[in-house]
Amino acid sequence: MSLDISFIGILIGSIMASSVPLILAASGELITERSGVLNLGVEGMMIIGAISGFALMVITDNLFIAIVGSMLSGVIISLIFGFLTQSLLTNHVATGLALTIFGIGLSAMLGKNFVGIPGKEFPILFSSLRESIPFFGPILFGHSIVLYFAFALPFLTNYFLKKTKLGLVVRAVGDSPVSASNQGINVILVRYCCILYGGAMCGLAGAYLSLIYTPQWIENMTAGRGWIALALVVFATWSPIKVLIGALIFGGITILQLHMQAIGFRIPVQFLSALPYLMTIIVLVVISRDSRKIKLNTPTSLGRIFYKEK
Amino acid sequence: MLHKKNLKGKFKMYKNFFRYLISAIFLLGFSVNSNADFKVGFVYVGPTGDHGWTFQHHEGRNAVEAAGIKTTFVESVPEGADAERVIRQLAQSGHDLIFTTSFGYMDPTNKVAKDFPNVKFEHATGYKREHSNVSTYSARFYEGRTLLGHIAGKMTKTNTIGYIASFPIPEVIRGINAMTLAAQKVNPNIKTKIVWVFTWYDPGKEAEAAQALIDQGADVIMQHTDSTAPVQTAEKAGVWSFGQASDMQRFAPKSILTSIIDDWAPYYVERAIAARDGTWKQQDTWHGLKEGMVAMGPYNSAMGADLVKEVEQLQKDLASGKVHSFTGPIYDQKGNILVAEGKVADDGMLAGMSVYVKGVEGDIPK
Repeated sequence: MSLDISFIGILIGSIMASSVPLILAASGELITERSGVLNLGVEGMMIIGAISGFALMVITDNLFIAIVGSMLSGVIISLIFGFLTQSLLTNHVATGLALTIFGIGLSAMLGKNFVGIPGKEFPILFSSLRESIPFFGPILFGHSIVLYFAFALPFLTNYFLKKTKLGLVVRAVGDSPVSASNQGINVILVRYCCILYGGAMCGLAGAYLSLIYTPQWIENMTAGRGWIALALVVFATWSPIKVLIGALIFGGITILQLHMQAIGFRIPVQFLSALPYLMTIIVLVVISRDSRKIKLNTPTSLGRIFYKEK
Repeated sequence: MLHKKNLKGKFKMYKNFFRYLISAIFLLGFSVNSNADFKVGFVYVGPTGDHGWTFQHHEGRNAVEAAGIKTTFVESVPEGADAERVIRQLAQSGHDLIFTTSFGYMDPTNKVAKDFPNVKFEHATGYKREHSNVSTYSARFYEGRTLLGHIAGKMTKTNTIGYIASFPIPEVIRGINAMTLAAQKVNPNIKTKIVWVFTWYDPGKEAEAAQALIDQGADVIMQHTDSTAPVQTAEKAGVWSFGQASDMQRFAPKSILTSIIDDWAPYYVERAIAARDGTWKQQDTWHGLKEGMVAMGPYNSAMGADLVKEVEQLQKDLASGKVHSFTGPIYDQKGNILVAEGKVADDGMLAGMSVYVKGVEGDIPK
């Protein structure tokens, strides 16, 4: 067991890689929720993204098409959710759950012919720098483009929500759809857009798993990550930067506990397995103690059905 | 690979329930035109596309079909009440022989068997045969592990073998012990490092576990989980690995030394024909390399001709019974004797194995 500095660099690099799907899905869901829509279908959208991305990669042999296609598939499936909740005014929770169940079943059906096909190596950037610079090399370089995008996303999301007019519109719609509507904002349209954006990010998160992280298709391969992303959004009190921190803690402790087992720490394994969940919640609760800020960030009308009286 | 289902998450249950519902509707549709000719039913715990446990059972079903016998299957059936309904439905709709292929189907199978004395039942990996129309069968996967241990002991340079374990049940512990004993025999300095992932099936987590073991110095990786992620991780890292449940060679052509393959096909064909011809009798089957229920994938030429020859000989000896995976003296971690010198572990001890042998690091999660 070597605990030298370059090993820690490699470790941090793999922790970053493991948190990417959580960051992507949670950032997407965050925008959806800030507009007042609670979409519990994250897991379903991710798994659809995973199979679509993998299938397109096998069929077209083009990773760009695969990535874009996975996002589109997320958009399409979230459109179903949008239509049901926004146009037909169905209950958000029930519809979201249905979307997850539907997504898992549909992906299994679509994926029948793609089981057992090895994936393609996804190109990584700056791989020579990764080897040549100790410690910082494996942290900063040698990742896929999706990872760099994922780590930029929380900051972009933060900027969007706080500094742009559109961000203000999204927040207004999430806090008080009635007032927003009276101001002439098309609430339903804004919510549709936020739902579709969330779908695209969840699709990308799924494709990251099936194309980059473990390049293959297996049924149910998201294995509950969508639910963790959902929980992250809430525990991070709808703050994009805290979502990033939470995802890194979760990914970090998941990997650290595996290392601790391999090193042979005499700590009950079940405790180690529960540790990522525990620590993520504790840390996020501690850094989000400011109740004024929580109130500010929480979309007041989350999950409530809005309809415009005619 | 025993009671997979109990241990899976609640949310998986939803999925299974949904798919079961669809399957049940289909079954109802099929139930009209039965009774006329001989039919065999299969109940699977997972999807046929899991490329592991259920996939191999499904291969067995295909062989029965190829032998000219009609079959039906229902996949992703949760253990418990749903299982009983599916099994009952199959029995009612004119199936003459029903294979229930997961440990948790044990009680439902026996319950339904009581009500359908003319239907034959075959339950995988269980031990209850309460009625004369119920047989049980399983495979001696640990014999395959012995071969892996021998290869791993010879191939490792760091003397560290990494083992990704799923759940602390006898089936898994037996595999760890069989592997370690065989590795120690060819390389006394061997260390087995184990990481428990508490899942049968999470490619991401399995890959992370494999990477953690590699980072901690393991240069041979093996798993008792279902996905191909560990062998792919090993391939990327340039260390050795083994396929699990089915031949995974094409996922890691350089890294995989061989695979343990579950081959249910001959047994299924034999039992189906026996049931059709009226020669089916109740029995308890625990087959291994000898009968071919456990088979090995092709050996990687990187092992070198000498080692391949050695392992092939060991495979023959295990099959003929000349060598037993658990031959004494075997000690537990504290040094207490488990199996005396010159003795071999009996099937009862193997079936209930719940302690590590000497040389395995760490504790079994309780």
